[in-house]
Amino acid sequence: MKIGKFKLTVLRLLVLGLAIGVWWALTDPGFLPPIYFDDPGRAAFFFGKPFRVFEIIINWFVSGEIFSHLGITLLETALGFIVGSVLGLGIGLWLALAPTASAIFDPYIKGFNSMPRVVLAPIFAVWFGLGVWSKVALGVTLVFFVVFFNVYQGVREVSPTVIANARMLGASKRHLLRHIYLPSAMSWVFASLHNAVGLAFVGAVVGEYLGSAHGVGYLILQAEGTFDINTVFAGILVLTAFALLLDMAVGLVEQRLLLWQPKTSETEPV
Amino acid sequence: MTTTGTPALAFNDVTCRFAARDGGEAYTAVANATLMVQAGEFVSVVGPTGCGKSTLLNVAAGLLAPSSGTVEVFGERLVAERGVNRRAGYMFQADALMPWRRGIDNVVAGLEFRGVPREAARRQGEDWLRRVGLAGFGDRYPHQMSGGMRKRLALAQTLILSPDILLMDEPFSALDVQTRQLMENELLALWAESRKSVLFITHDLEEAIALSDRVVVLSAGPATRPIGDFKVELPRPRDVSEIRMTPGFNELHREIWNAMKEEVLKAYARQKAA
Repeated sequence: MKIGKFKLTVLRLLVLGLAIGVWWALTDPGFLPPIYFDDPGRAAFFFGKPFRVFEIIINWFVSGEIFSHLGITLLETALGFIVGSVLGLGIGLWLALAPTASAIFDPYIKGFNSMPRVVLAPIFAVWFGLGVWSKVALGVTLVFFVVFFNVYQGVREVSPTVIANARMLGASKRHLLRHIYLPSAMSWVFASLHNAVGLAFVGAVVGEYLGSAHGVGYLILQAEGTFDINTVFAGILVLTAFALLLDMAVGLVEQRLLLWQPKTSETEPV
Repeated sequence: MTTTGTPALAFNDVTCRFAARDGGEAYTAVANATLMVQAGEFVSVVGPTGCGKSTLLNVAAGLLAPSSGTVEVFGERLVAERGVNRRAGYMFQADALMPWRRGIDNVVAGLEFRGVPREAARRQGEDWLRRVGLAGFGDRYPHQMSGGMRKRLALAQTLILSPDILLMDEPFSALDVQTRQLMENELLALWAESRKSVLFITHDLEEAIALSDRVVVLSAGPATRPIGDFKVELPRPRDVSEIRMTPGFNELHREIWNAMKEEVLKAYARQKAA
């Protein structure tokens, strides 16, 4: 059964309203008789108060205080994504087309990939300082492997018939790289775009959280230091909304770039 | 065999062996195959499934080096290590179009690789789209086309380079019967315009007779080699659906089928045993 667009939106907002309602009911001192905590203000201390959280968010935007932090986080995300993608694309293409080099580097790449990258954050802080670049570095280590493995796979999975056909049509090695391997690899990169952008964002925020002077992660860290749970929640909500927006933007870009790939909706019965 | 000058394509005692994947005994796909295609001749090769027909084509295309024996293209020896057969166009059985290119960009790919200026290439491309009945479909991506349209596109992509030799590996086997007969007629019409040499591989004997000047029968694999060579002296121009009704066609069909039957049964028995 298909549900109408309007109805769907209403139902979705209803879920959101309900969640906020439950949150409010459980944390408002004195609204419910105490169930778990003896002190009626205790629940709000642990879980925050929804209206206080919204107030903080609105204040952030009205005073404009949040924009510089969001800007920094976005800059770190973008740089991490771009540098990680370019490195992943270049090295992925190279290793996929050079079997010997690939065999030599294989255990090291697997090793780096299975290492929890977050532990590198303190080292990056020492190397690159507490500014933007240590967060970018963390994002790069996360994005690189996603892109790298997708490119590697993409090059390996080019249909041998398509390659043979291009060769018969007179393609040189450079033509094959430019017109066969690269487009095929790019389709895999775009397929992992959501993942890669998400990880760049994670790298930026986690980096900020572990040591910084700017960014939304820094706001959360600060608030946590003073047990200001409402601000922590406000930061989390802003980050979530921001991540959603970022994901939507990626979706739009993807739609434009992957025009040549069959969409399921094209064959869907009306 | 009539020898009128240098053959366009000549296999001399070609043998192809492949190393077995599990390190066992090497598999001999083609053994001591000798076969000529004259300039302007349409030759079909028929044989039971899995008999190494495609191997033969890959050798002719220069995509695969034979283990022993030689291939000559207009008298010149083809060496696969030095690159593919530049005088041949190859139409593959499977889809070989670049899915990320629009129809027109697929058609002109060969010209682009050869450094033809974009404007000139596009003009030729549009012309070829029209000739294969795809005028106005150049903006579509391969996935937006039907199987028959994709085959037309592949045909235009190959023919735009005007190759002297056309290698075709069961190009129409994935199409339904009606589309297939249409495509066969169109292929004959295009061939009649320029009289390329064609090496056409198929498992369909009727298709082979209807299209060709000569039908070569291969033995069942492994170690495939030609075991029969039949001249098809049916009048041209032909209509593939009408020619199937003529007595001359039926007689040839019976004759070649008698030669093939034993090999087909052999191949079937081998597959069943495996």
